[in-house]
Amino acid sequence: MVKRRSIRKESEAVAIEVRVPTVLRKHTGGENKISGVGTSLRELLDDLDARNPGLRGALISEDGQLHRFINVYVNDEDVRFLGGVETELQEGDQVSILPAVAGG
Amino acid sequence: MLARDISQAVGNTPLVGLPNLSPPGYELYLKLEGHNPTGSVKDRVARYLIEAAEREGLLGPGSQVLEPTSGNTGIALAAICAPRGYKLTCVMPENTSAERRDLLALYGVDLVFSPANEGSNGAVRVAQEMADGDPCVYMPFQYGNPANPQAHYDTTGPEIIRDLPDVAAVVAGLGTGGTLTGVGWRLKEHDPAVKIFAAEPEYGDLVYGLRNIDEGFVPPVLDTSVLDGRVKVDSLKALVATRDLAAREGIFAGVSTGAAVSVARRVCTPRRLPEGSKIVVISPDGGWKYLSTGAYAPGDVAEIAERIQNTLWA
Repeated sequence: MVKRRSIRKESEAVAIEVRVPTVLRKHTGGENKISGVGTSLRELLDDLDARNPGLRGALISEDGQLHRFINVYVNDEDVRFLGGVETELQEGDQVSILPAVAGG
Repeated sequence: MLARDISQAVGNTPLVGLPNLSPPGYELYLKLEGHNPTGSVKDRVARYLIEAAEREGLLGPGSQVLEPTSGNTGIALAAICAPRGYKLTCVMPENTSAERRDLLALYGVDLVFSPANEGSNGAVRVAQEMADGDPCVYMPFQYGNPANPQAHYDTTGPEIIRDLPDVAAVVAGLGTGGTLTGVGWRLKEHDPAVKIFAAEPEYGDLVYGLRNIDEGFVPPVLDTSVLDGRVKVDSLKALVATRDLAAREGIFAGVSTGAAVSVARRVCTPRRLPEGSKIVVISPDGGWKYLSTGAYAPGDVAEIAERIQNTLWA
């Protein structure tokens, strides 16, 4: 588990840019990049869902964890190896959502 | 080295230092899987898949084998199947390089194409549909066959330990997950402190053209519990590192090798690996099969990366 720098006042809003894959753009009015605020991935998704209805539901399963076929990266690092949906975010972080695809 | 047939020439690949691309205080080593008989790491997997099926009595003279692949596994299976008289059909996404198609045709493989916008997941879907309707066909299914990680547990992992017993971390690309899983199991047995990092290719939009999220696919052979981190790498970063390998280390490698080297350089920080660490990067193949994509052509690297971002390189 990688510790991320965290020197920040509580509930301070930070703008985060999110890259959205084709399959989820039906929730974003066709936009491939959206932005929102939040000090954690969970807060960011809550904020985004208010303006992009259905987005959070497509990403988070009923158990509250990330959908099995979705990978979310913060600054290129898979959040499953950071703090999952509780991964902390800072202003300027880049969030990318990618569907799981295989190779071989 | 004398080999009875081509399947006996698989493995024992060189582990080569990268003195000029290693960050200060760290030592990177590249395991050149392109030195296998058909030029990729998949020779290890193909041999294990076919020999496991033979042991179980699933294959015999004249058998038909069917496999979804983005190319390398198909070529490796072709070389293992040809001398044994097995007829091979491969399902491959149409956005793979021309060299892969030509090589498979040379081996006499029947090719079925799956839609480009479904990536490798589409090849899996089409192959499963074909196999379901035909009981005469044997599908090894590298994505779900334990012989895939077993090949790396039995061969790749021990070779790394033999050549570099004090290895601190391994970085490899994520395709089926077989390399990372098998090598990860073996190295963590050898030393539980060894770190395993995955390099995940990030392509252009076309490759992620799924109709819904449930068309996503996580290969059953991937054991994510061996992973300590997973880092995505876009075509530009992969290509820059691939070209650096040629220019600064004299190594002509495929684009996914560049992706893995890029991740290896990134994890060389005291936060993740102590200074002095030795890191093994798996190079799955050489660059030969990607020449036609233009990845190595002269020109602006960012423009070239944009052109190749929808071509599968893992």
